[in-house]
Amino acid sequence: MAQSPITRAAQATPEPLARRIRGLSDRAIAWIFIAPSIFLLLAVNIFPLIWTIRLSFTDYRVNRPNRDIEWVGLQNYRRILTDSDIWQTMQATAHFLIWTIVLQVLIGFALAWLINSKFRSSNFWTTIIVLPMMLSPAVVGNFWTFLYQPQIGLFNHAIAFVTGADPASFSMIGDVALAPWAIVIADTWMWTPFVMLICLAGLRSIPESIYEAAECDRASKWRQFWTLTVPMVLPFLMLAVLFRGIENFKMFDLVVQLTGGGPGNTTELTSINLKREAFEKWRTGYASAYAVILFVTVFGLASIYVKALNRVKDR
Amino acid sequence: MNINRMYCAAAALACVGATSAHADELTLCWAAWDPANALVELSKEFEAQSGHKMRFEFVPWPNFADRMLNELNSGGQLCDLMIGDSQWIGGSAENGHYVKLNDFFDKEGISMDDFIPATVTGYSEWPKNTPNYWALPAFGDVVGWTYRKDWFERPDLQAEFQTKHGRALDVPKTLEELKDIAQFFQGRDIDGTTVYGAAIYTERGSEGITMGVTNALYNFGFEYENPDKPYDLEGFVNSEGAVAGLEFYKALYDCCTPPGSSNWYMGEDIDAYKSGQVALQMNFAFIWPGVEADPKVGGGKSGYFPNPAGPGGHFAQLGGQGISVVSYSSKQDAALAYIKWFAQPEIQARWTAMGGASALRSVVEDPGFASSHPYAQAFLDSMAIVKDFWAEPSYAELLLAMQARVHNYVIAGSGTAKEALDGLVKDWVEIFEDEGKL
Repeated sequence: MAQSPITRAAQATPEPLARRIRGLSDRAIAWIFIAPSIFLLLAVNIFPLIWTIRLSFTDYRVNRPNRDIEWVGLQNYRRILTDSDIWQTMQATAHFLIWTIVLQVLIGFALAWLINSKFRSSNFWTTIIVLPMMLSPAVVGNFWTFLYQPQIGLFNHAIAFVTGADPASFSMIGDVALAPWAIVIADTWMWTPFVMLICLAGLRSIPESIYEAAECDRASKWRQFWTLTVPMVLPFLMLAVLFRGIENFKMFDLVVQLTGGGPGNTTELTSINLKREAFEKWRTGYASAYAVILFVTVFGLASIYVKALNRVKDR
Repeated sequence: MNINRMYCAAAALACVGATSAHADELTLCWAAWDPANALVELSKEFEAQSGHKMRFEFVPWPNFADRMLNELNSGGQLCDLMIGDSQWIGGSAENGHYVKLNDFFDKEGISMDDFIPATVTGYSEWPKNTPNYWALPAFGDVVGWTYRKDWFERPDLQAEFQTKHGRALDVPKTLEELKDIAQFFQGRDIDGTTVYGAAIYTERGSEGITMGVTNALYNFGFEYENPDKPYDLEGFVNSEGAVAGLEFYKALYDCCTPPGSSNWYMGEDIDAYKSGQVALQMNFAFIWPGVEADPKVGGGKSGYFPNPAGPGGHFAQLGGQGISVVSYSSKQDAALAYIKWFAQPEIQARWTAMGGASALRSVVEDPGFASSHPYAQAFLDSMAIVKDFWAEPSYAELLLAMQARVHNYVIAGSGTAKEALDGLVKDWVEIFEDEGKL
């Protein structure tokens, strides 16, 4: 009879080692297995986090290795929280976050609804729709820069075709009023398919029998949508919002490529601003405090949200 | 016989061993642009002469400072030789990133008097105007202007301009004249294409708009500090002249640039010019050989001139870099050998001929230099009027503060010029206070 791999491995273990292992408890063996992961987690995540928190109370600058490091207490935090420029970047981030999520949820859900109706060639269209999210954000940023180009950009010409305006009369990424919308549009184009896929998974998880029962109860399509579809897809939608919210709070590459944070600082999101402080101005202590504030904000908001999500799931 | 063969083999191995003991692989770090390609070609001669092998690490301009300053600040050993931007010299000297070259220059008989004085001050000295050298001037560069000579020479356009402005359509002598010309071309139909006035620097992320706006600010009276009292900024950075200069740059941006040019730097300006979109282009002189060689706008179709004067003076923004030995390099002797080779007059002459820009006086003061290329005279005239940005150790913060203030006003139209410059004084004072200089 053929021996199992486990038996073969046990037989191949040298006797002294086998004797030592035989004496270990299940808990000890479990620790041996998870220890490498815990070590990596501590080294890569927890240690840098603690180090960052420590640096946030100092005036350390990485580009001044010869200078003494001074303990400044809460000064960095005070400066950040009273800096009007930083509040402006927070506003820009909030605008970006809210509008991308609203648009992506609405359009993503609508697309999922359409695809779920299983019309002819729906699989083909699903593939086409998900293409944007397979691209690199830097590539997307780059080609939207061309699309927004006033003289030759397809976007400007499309708007001109609809409105009759001169395509060169407006610049999506050069105008203070339009630039925040330019980044919202590009991000929505890229990430709506992601929301659509999650919604589609939600829609397909609803058993057909529930709709059939509703039909028997003579519930209208409208009523079926609001009382069956929406509540059952809601946990999926909330999950999509969570993912997109966290991702867009950290948004960097797409916006840097599109507007570089400009014009002025209209589209300078917190992540771009933080990078400037840390790696262009080299204010390491200050940037560490900034990073801690952002971490606490995202962590706090995400925790509240996850609790709400769990409550919805339990209903 | 066999013993003889063994002796031969041993001797050959000894020779190979001796060569490899002295041959190093040197890495030279610089920006990715045309002159860097010329340097690769030129350096082949050094490889052949010295036996050292050259490797190159070129980074595109928008990321150059980020990437290389990160490398220096982390004490990285990637680069043995660094052709770093002129403004890095203060920080690199004070933080020990560069090797001080005075002893080496003395030993090898390299004299800084042999180089254009402005480039020595700009690229090599820290503290400024003291004989402490951290780099050899490697690439002389300055902001100047390129214009469509073929358009300027059209009789119909000349007549129209003459009627409108009462003077010939020619190289502008002042910034106001330059604006008139840019306005004249803005939105004009030339050969069935709508063209625009001027491509100017407006880039926000790195150093673009600062490198552009200073060409207006200097010439309207802006000064970095009180000449008699270092770091005294009030009334110099935000003087009436400086405010007028900033207003001028905004007016030029508003009236006379292509739509969508809100984040343009060297590359975008070149593209706009070469594609026939603009009549004038602000850019560093390094692009001039490329323009002259371009099939569409080169070969006599373009002309070159220094930044025009303003009511407060006549200056141009210095560009260019010096070559330094990185103190973290383990191959400093080989790196110094490269600098010694590079400093030779015949190599400098060849450097210029291949598309580089030597700052050696014997090259640029050669009687044949001014007429050697259509842009050579403009280069000489421009190098005579240069002024540079701060080269303090805190230059990056100083630069970013200026980028933000100027971009906010010029491109985003936020506030007034006076508010922007008052804000800049506030930012810079705060930075110098943090540095302990105020």
